[in-house]
Amino acid sequence: MSEKKLLTIAELEDKCVDIRSDLLNFIYRIGMGHLGGELSIVEMAVALYYKYLNFDVMDPHKEGRDRFILSKGHCSETLYTIFSDLGAYTQDYMVEHFENLDQYKFGMHSNRKKCPQIEVSAGSLGHGLPIAVGYALGARYRKENYRVIVMIGDGEFDEGTNWEALMAGGHYQLNNLTCILDKNGLQMTGTTEHVMNIDPVADKVRAFGWEVIEIEDGNDMAQVCAALDHLPERDYAKRAKPTFIISNTVKGKGVSFMEGNHKWHGGGIGEEDLKTALADVAKMRKA
Amino acid sequence: MAAKTTYDFDMMLSNAREAYGEELYKMACEGKDFVFTFSDNVAPSSSAGKLLKEFPERCFNFGIAEPDQVGASAGLALSGCTVFSQVFGPFLPLRAADQIHTDIAYNDVKVRLIGTHSGVTAGGGPTHNDIADLALYRAIPNLTVVVPADAAQCCKFIRASMDYEGPMIIRIDRAGSPNVYAEDYELTIGKAIETLEGTDAYIISCGSNLYECLMAAKMMKEKHGSSIGVLDMHTIKPLDEDAILRVAQKTGNIVTVEDHSINGGLGGAVAEVLCEVSYKGNFRRVGMPDEFAVLGSTDDIYHYYGMDRDGITAKLEEMLRL
Repeated sequence: MSEKKLLTIAELEDKCVDIRSDLLNFIYRIGMGHLGGELSIVEMAVALYYKYLNFDVMDPHKEGRDRFILSKGHCSETLYTIFSDLGAYTQDYMVEHFENLDQYKFGMHSNRKKCPQIEVSAGSLGHGLPIAVGYALGARYRKENYRVIVMIGDGEFDEGTNWEALMAGGHYQLNNLTCILDKNGLQMTGTTEHVMNIDPVADKVRAFGWEVIEIEDGNDMAQVCAALDHLPERDYAKRAKPTFIISNTVKGKGVSFMEGNHKWHGGGIGEEDLKTALADVAKMRKA
Repeated sequence: MAAKTTYDFDMMLSNAREAYGEELYKMACEGKDFVFTFSDNVAPSSSAGKLLKEFPERCFNFGIAEPDQVGASAGLALSGCTVFSQVFGPFLPLRAADQIHTDIAYNDVKVRLIGTHSGVTAGGGPTHNDIADLALYRAIPNLTVVVPADAAQCCKFIRASMDYEGPMIIRIDRAGSPNVYAEDYELTIGKAIETLEGTDAYIISCGSNLYECLMAAKMMKEKHGSSIGVLDMHTIKPLDEDAILRVAQKTGNIVTVEDHSINGGLGGAVAEVLCEVSYKGNFRRVGMPDEFAVLGSTDDIYHYYGMDRDGITAKLEEMLRL
């Protein structure tokens, strides 16, 4: 393994501050990103990569690894930042190889053939969950014990393919499949409630045959870990409900002027804003 | 590249739609490792139905949800499986276009998408016609696109695809046509077959239309003593440009025939190749004109649009001023 796993809530919380700071610097340097959503998923992504996933960034194609699919592929910079922190790349290397034509390894939307830590090339919304259903069926067919975990956005949840895949996941009783909904309540032009209301999402998903776990505050590491502690054991043969985690988060979490502001969905960040943002994030560090 | 057929066909109608299921079943019995995803149109009584019955652990029904089926097929391939996936006619390229583009081609996975009921062979009118798929597939990187001429060729492609990397589309029609090849032959993906040699003109075709092309060539010989060659362009992508240029240079008279819109399919592909070398000869496309098809039996529709042997012959006569 590239780095010792982080096991305590305090260690994981501390890591989230590092990741937010590195992410902001990275976005400042490359001049583009989707900071709102990238900041809302930090706690979940850190919990997964530093504690719950059987995944080594230095050996990304290892057999038997857990598969994490980021369906909201526009938030890939959070993952790149984690891969960097875990030792796969320096930030300088990532900046140098960010969308630099035929030498690129990293893009605003991720490409698994360029960055091997990425399981599925993503960008177009509504693709991750169907692919994850197939991945979980494949794990069962090949008798391999790993978890398939896919993260989708609440704006993305408008896409009908998610609902087709929810139906299939319930139908095939894919106990080795987990879907995490990053419910930050905002999409590009406004609140999800205003643009296209997905609620009552828990009831809807339950009706499709899934076990639903709700996290009241998905930016609270203790709550995130409590939810992930409930994931089923790795058992390809078990036929039971797949798991759906609703993680209520804040878009732009940790940066005062971004929180709850849909205008920070996409774009870069200027020098002055970066200073303020880094100062805000530093305040999140507990003594 | 030698001629592989005579005009004496095995008149037993072959059926690629049945044959692919039979071949998959045989391959499963031989111990070949693959999985099969399908939509709610594979009858238990069909050849593929035998696969479902005897190898249920590797068969996954996705109901009537093509995007989910194609996306999940990509996931199965990423998990290490070779995937064959069957979808009815236009619901593959039109409903699941984004999944073909992104999940299958961009992720570059070993999925063989078997599109059945190609062109106007499904019947049922424009909602069930598959006339725009080749135009879509041709523009998507990484895809290999094959259109078998008959059931036997379909089986060859199914089997060959096990050892072929990357995504593939296998386009087959509803009912098929006679097996056009009298003896066994070597099939290479991306290499056209000169099914019939000619000196006056060449027809370039693919799929079960090849049979009507051969019959048109026969009619031309009988009526006019013309020597019409037929090129089986079974692989639309990557296109065998060398074969096209060779027969174009040889005769200066080219007709393409396909059960697809004349825009963007085989005819378009051949035209692009010829234009880039400033070809000065004659060129005609036979296929669906730019309109939604009239309704009727497949044979009647083919006749109406000049896609059967009579129409192809008429097109050749017009081109050759006979």
